[in-house]
Amino acid sequence: MKLDRLLGKRSLSEAQVQMSFTRRGFVLGAAQIGLCGVLAGRMAWISIVDNERYQLLAESNRVNLSLIPPRRGWIVDRKGKPLALNRTVFRVDIIPDRLRDKEATLDTLVKLLGLPPEERQRIADDITGSSGFQPVQVAENLDWERYAALSVRAQDLPGVIPAQGFARYYPDGAAVGQLLGYVGAASAEDYQKTKDPLTITPGYKVGKAGVEKIKQEMLKGTPGARRSEVTARGKLVRELETRPDRPGDTLQMTIDAGLQAYAARRLGDNSGAVTVIDTATGAILALASMPSFDPNAFTDGIGRAEWGRLRGDERLPLVNKTLQSLYPPGSTLKPVAALALLRAGIDPDETVNCGGGYRLGNRTFRCLGRHGPMNMTRAIARSCNTYFYAMGRRIGYDAIAEMARGLGLGAEYALPASSQRYGTIPDSAWKQRKYKQRWSDSDTLNATIGQGYVLVSPFQLAVMSSRIASGRALVPHLIGRPPAAAHLASSDEHLAIVRQGMKEVVSFNGTAGRSQLPFPDIAMGGKTGTAQVRKIDGAQRGQSGAWKYRDHGLFVCFAPTDSPRYAASVVIEHGLGGARAAAPVAKDVLTYLFDPAKAMETLVAMEAGWGGDIATRMARQAQGAVAAPAVEAGDAAPETPR
Amino acid sequence: MSAQPGIVPAQLRSLPWRVLLLIVSITGFGLVILYSAAGGSLSPWAASQGTKFAVFLGIALAMSRVPVEIWKAIAWPGYAAVLVMLFIVELFGFVGGGSQRWLDLGFIRLQPSELMKLMIVLALAKFYDQLPAGEIRGWNALWPTGLAILVPFVLVLLQPDLGTAIMIALGGIVIVFLAGVPLRLFFAAGGLVAAAMPVAWAFMHEYQRNRVLIFLNPESDPLGTGYHITQSKIAIGSGGIFGKGFLQGSQSHLDYLPEPQTDFIFATMAEEWGLLGGLFIIGAFLMLFRWGMRVSSRAPTRFGRLTAAGLTATIFFYVAINLMMVMGLAPVVGIPLPLVSHGGTAMLTVMLCIGILMSIEREGRVRRSGFE
Repeated sequence: MKLDRLLGKRSLSEAQVQMSFTRRGFVLGAAQIGLCGVLAGRMAWISIVDNERYQLLAESNRVNLSLIPPRRGWIVDRKGKPLALNRTVFRVDIIPDRLRDKEATLDTLVKLLGLPPEERQRIADDITGSSGFQPVQVAENLDWERYAALSVRAQDLPGVIPAQGFARYYPDGAAVGQLLGYVGAASAEDYQKTKDPLTITPGYKVGKAGVEKIKQEMLKGTPGARRSEVTARGKLVRELETRPDRPGDTLQMTIDAGLQAYAARRLGDNSGAVTVIDTATGAILALASMPSFDPNAFTDGIGRAEWGRLRGDERLPLVNKTLQSLYPPGSTLKPVAALALLRAGIDPDETVNCGGGYRLGNRTFRCLGRHGPMNMTRAIARSCNTYFYAMGRRIGYDAIAEMARGLGLGAEYALPASSQRYGTIPDSAWKQRKYKQRWSDSDTLNATIGQGYVLVSPFQLAVMSSRIASGRALVPHLIGRPPAAAHLASSDEHLAIVRQGMKEVVSFNGTAGRSQLPFPDIAMGGKTGTAQVRKIDGAQRGQSGAWKYRDHGLFVCFAPTDSPRYAASVVIEHGLGGARAAAPVAKDVLTYLFDPAKAMETLVAMEAGWGGDIATRMARQAQGAVAAPAVEAGDAAPETPR
Repeated sequence: MSAQPGIVPAQLRSLPWRVLLLIVSITGFGLVILYSAAGGSLSPWAASQGTKFAVFLGIALAMSRVPVEIWKAIAWPGYAAVLVMLFIVELFGFVGGGSQRWLDLGFIRLQPSELMKLMIVLALAKFYDQLPAGEIRGWNALWPTGLAILVPFVLVLLQPDLGTAIMIALGGIVIVFLAGVPLRLFFAAGGLVAAAMPVAWAFMHEYQRNRVLIFLNPESDPLGTGYHITQSKIAIGSGGIFGKGFLQGSQSHLDYLPEPQTDFIFATMAEEWGLLGGLFIIGAFLMLFRWGMRVSSRAPTRFGRLTAAGLTATIFFYVAINLMMVMGLAPVVGIPLPLVSHGGTAMLTVMLCIGILMSIEREGRVRRSGFE
C-alpha cells in the first residue's frame, strides 16, 4: 500500500519503542527549557534594554498634564487706575470622554444652571466637535448659588467639572469698549495656526479687537501647569504638583479713565466721538465713541441675537468713530486755512465784505449770514464763508492742503487700534491722479470750508487742534512717550492770531458763545463746524428731515486759551450743527478736566433726563425697548425717533 | 534517606515535598500579586483564590494515593463523557443564540473544554499503551488518535475558544509524538497546517482575525485591541530589573492594564517585582516541568510515561502561551497563567494534572522500593 510506504512500515520491538520515547522525551524536555529561556530573554530585553522607553510610556499614562490659563495683564490708565482687570469667576466645563450619558447630563445642567436652549445646542455641538479629552465650556460667570448647587451634584455627573477661573473685567464697561476691544475664546483657526494646547483650554481668552488684540503678546502671560495622576478612565487620583501661572504684564495707557468714562457718558444717546489730547505731550487722554458695546458682555461669549443687534445698528456701535469714521470737517478747517493764508503773506487785518455769498462766474457760493466787513479773526469767530472763499481762492487750495497735512490731517498714526482710516486731504495733483481732471476754483472754494473732497477723522481733528494749541507737531500716542515734538512751520505770531480767532468763537459774539467754560479765569478756544451729509437743494440744508440725512455737528477746541493744556475734538453725527450739538459736549468734557465735581453735577442731571447711565440704558435697549430718541442737551427741540 | 526511621510518620514522608513546595510557592506568590492587584486587599481575589487552592491541593493529594490503574480504567469512558458534554454545551449555545462554554450543574459551573485538556492526554496515552509495539508505525496507530483530537478541537473552536482548542490539539499531538509515530508525519502535518492557514483564516471570527492582525502589529491600534498588548509591554518594561515595589505598580492600579488579575497577571507582577520576579516564576515553572518529565521517565508503565509527559506538556503550554501573549510574542488568546491568575477553572485543571502526576510518581517510587 502506498500509505504504508509513507509510514515507512517497519515492525518495532517493545525496546525500540521505549528508546524512541526516551529520545523524544528528551527533545520535549529540551524544548521546554529552550522556550523558558526564550521567555526569560524576551522579558530581560523588554525590562532592561527597553526599560527607559517603557518607563516614559508608563509615566505619560499615569500623569496627566493640564494647563492653567494665565491671568491677563491689567490695563491701567495714566494714574494707574485699572481700565481692564481680572475677576474671579465660577465656571463649569465638561470633559466629553468622561461623560456617561451625554443627553441626561446636559438636561440636568440645563435645569440646574437655567441655560437657554441655544446654549444647550452650542454645548452639544462643541462636544461633538471636540477631541474628547479636552474640556468643553458649559457656562462661565456663574453666581455663587448656581455654582454651589452644581458642585453638590457634580459627584453624580461624571465628566462635569466645576472650576474657578478668571474673567476679564472692564470697570467702565461700554465707555472703553471701542478703545480696548474685548477678549474671547481662541478660534479654531488660532489652534490650527499655532497648535498651542493653551488655545483650546477653557477659560483661556485672547484679545479679539483693539488694544487687547494688538497688545496680546504682552498681556497674555505664561500658563501654569498641573500634573495629576489619573486612572485609565480619567479619574483623578491625586494632584502631583502645580506650577502657578505667571500673569501678563501690566499695560499703562495715557488714557485718563475718569475723563474717558465722562466723555462716553456725556455723549449720551448721540452717535458721536470725543477725543482729548494733552497738548504738553501729545498723550491721548480720552478716545470715546458712542454708542458702544459692553466688552464685559463679550468675555463669556456674546449671544447671536446680541451680536446681530450690534451689527445691524445704523449708529455703528462696533465702529470706533474716533479713528474709523470719516466726516467732511466743515468750518473746523477754517483755522487751518487761516494759518495757510498767514503763511502765504495775507494781512490778517485785511477785510472782505460779506454780502451773504461769493460769486464765482455765474454761481454764488453762499455764506450762512450777511456778516459785513470781516478780518481774519472775526471771520473765524463768525465762521464767515465769504472771507475764506475770497482769500482761499487768492492763495490756491494746494497751500491750504500743505498746511492741513502739517497739522496732522489725512495722516495715519501709530496707535494700538485694529484699524484707522486716514481720510482725504485733496490737492490738484490728487485730483489729477484720481479723476484725471484739473483742480477748479469751485473745488478750492468747497475745500477751503471743509466740504467737497475733504474727509477727516475726529481723531485727526483733535490732533490738528492740539498742534495749533501747542505750536508743535505733537505725536499723539496711547502708550509710552514719543520724543519731543518739533515746532510747526507756522510762526508763533501766526498761531497767536488764529488762537485769538478761535478764542472769539467761544465768546459772546462767536458761533459757540453759549459754550463758554463755567470758570471766570479759564477760557476755551474752539471752532464749530457743520458737515453736510448730502447735497440738498433749496433751503432745507440738512437741518430737518430723516435723522440719517441731517448735518453732522463738529467742534474742535483747546483750553485754557492763554496757555493751552488740553485740546479736543467732538463730532456728533447728524447733530445738525457744531455749535448746537458738539460744542456743549466739548464744554462739559473740558470742564471735567478742571473741575470734575462740577462737570459730574451737570452730567448726573442730564442722565436723569435720559433714563439712567449707559449700562442702564443699554440693558433696557437690549430688552427690546424702543430705542431712546437722540436727546440733545441744551437744545429744547425734541427729535422724533427714526 | 528514605529509610530513615521515625520522627516524621511514613505517610507524611512519602509525600512529594519538592513539588508541593514548588506549587505552594508559585501560588503563594500569585496570592501576593492578587493582593496588590486588588489595591492592597484580600478581597475580592486573593482570599477566594487561596481557599480554592487549599481545596484543590487536598483533591490533588487525595488523587496521589489513587493507583494509576484507576486512571487508566477511566481514560476512555471519561473522554467519551467529556465529549458528550462538549456536544451539549455546543447545543445549548446554538439554542441560546450565543457562545456558551460551561454547563451549570447547580453547585459548580463545569467547563468541559478544560477537562478535555486532561482527558485527551489520558485517552491517547491509554490508546498507545494498548497498541502493540509492532503497530506503532501502522495506519491503525494514526486514524483513531487523529479523530480523537479533531472532534473536540473543532467543537471547542466553534464555541469559539481558539486558545483552548489549540491547547487540546497540542496536548494530543505531544502524546502522538512521544508514542513514536514517524517524524516525517509531523513534518508533513506541519506543511499541511501551513497550507491550511488561508482556509483557517476564512473560518475565523472577526475578533479572532483582529487579534491576529493586531498581534502582528500592536501599534496599529493602540487604543483598541492592540491596547492590551501595548499596555502589558509597558507594564513589564517599566518594571525594570527590580520592579517598582510592592503595591507601587501604576499600570495595574490606575487601570491601564486590562484584566490585571487574570490573563495579564504576569504583567501586573512584572511591574512591581521586575525581572527578578519574572525569573522566579519562569524558574519555578521550569523546575515543575523538570519534575514532571522525570516522573515520566521513571514511570514503570508506558501509560504512566505517556500520561506524565503529556500532562507536563499541558501545564507547559498554559505557561508558555500565556507568557508569550503578555510579552507580545503571541496573539491575545485568553489563556491564564496557571496557579497565579485568579480563577478556579485553570487552577482545577492544573491541580488535577499534578494530582495524577503525583499518583504516577508514587507508583514509580513504590515499584522501585519494592514493597507496598
